[in-house]
Amino acid sequence: MDISRRDLFTMGGKLLILASVGATLEQITGSEEAPDSYKMADHWWGMIIDIGKCIGCGNCVRACSNENAVPAGYFRTWVERYQIEEGKENPRVDSPNGAIDGFPRATDEHLKSFFVPKLCNQCADSPCVQVCPVGATFVSPDGVVLVDETYCLGCRYCVQACPYGCRYLHPEKNTVDKCTLCYHRITKGLTTACCENCPTGARWLVDFKNPKDPVHEFLRRNKVQVLKPYMATKAKVYYKDLDGSVR
Amino acid sequence: MRRLIHEWGHLIRPALVLIAAMGLFLVLRAAVIPKDFGKYGHYRPGALDLVRSRPIRYAGQETCVMCHDDEAKTRAAGKHAHVACEACHGPLAQHAGDPASVTPKLPDVANLCRRCHEKDAAKPKDFPQVVTAEHSGGAACNSCHQPHNPHL
Repeated sequence: MDISRRDLFTMGGKLLILASVGATLEQITGSEEAPDSYKMADHWWGMIIDIGKCIGCGNCVRACSNENAVPAGYFRTWVERYQIEEGKENPRVDSPNGAIDGFPRATDEHLKSFFVPKLCNQCADSPCVQVCPVGATFVSPDGVVLVDETYCLGCRYCVQACPYGCRYLHPEKNTVDKCTLCYHRITKGLTTACCENCPTGARWLVDFKNPKDPVHEFLRRNKVQVLKPYMATKAKVYYKDLDGSVR
Repeated sequence: MRRLIHEWGHLIRPALVLIAAMGLFLVLRAAVIPKDFGKYGHYRPGALDLVRSRPIRYAGQETCVMCHDDEAKTRAAGKHAHVACEACHGPLAQHAGDPASVTPKLPDVANLCRRCHEKDAAKPKDFPQVVTAEHSGGAACNSCHQPHNPHL
């Protein structure tokens, strides 16, 4: 059979059209599994804590321990009770067992006293990340400080570097563990375990990159502060009604 | 020429060893470091998936009320409207996935109520608080109050 140059071109053209139609069909019908709808670039996570609403019940601590299987005696979040006497240099601070079972009753009504829930401040410029010698801890593209437990050596540099005392060495894994801002929940559309279980709404998860998040209105209308602002860590956990005595 | 090589041999030989060692280092480095290391920063991107893969224990408010709409309605009418189900009933994602697999236990009322409502000087003044010892004379909270809508 003789094939002229013209035949060759038309045949090639037909083949090309067929192939492109096939490829387009595959794209439309989606023969492969739909990709994960969570886009890291669209989020920048943080938290708001309203000290005026915290009742020190310890629900957040219990929720965190249950959700993340935190070993007993270690805490990713905890609650401190401050009792400040006028004229005294140091406030009285207690947090019995991280407040996992609430607090024993404080009866001294004339002291200035309040509860301060604490957790990883998810610093954008985090000292713990800067000191890690092996790249085992990092700020994710959506602003959460995480630990790669397969890379962590357990050298504890980051435990010392954290100005907020938010890290600990996991007693069984011997790698560093910390609050992940419930990364496994927030990337699936849920809120964190602590925020889910706070009965008074004293803490809530916020997404600074979401223009519809009420956080923007909240930050406009309220006076907020981060912990240890002089450390310049760009912490993303904002406290409302924070007293100057809180460290 | 031969004399030159002979004289410079003590420099060339260590240089060759050095080059070989550097080559070996590069080969080992390429073999050990994951290909996508450094995609987002100085870390392994796979760590993100590792952290994400942890199991969820708290199903969340919306999941609970999908079935338990009666309790949700009672609660919505009272002061506990904004308290999540699992704040008192505990983590029940497993129950939400397969209701028969786990039967939720009734909460330990004496402890549960006390944690929030025991009088404490540090609590916000507008939060309802009682001194439990004086308040009920030892009677269980839920003998008078209905926990889903605690108003008497």
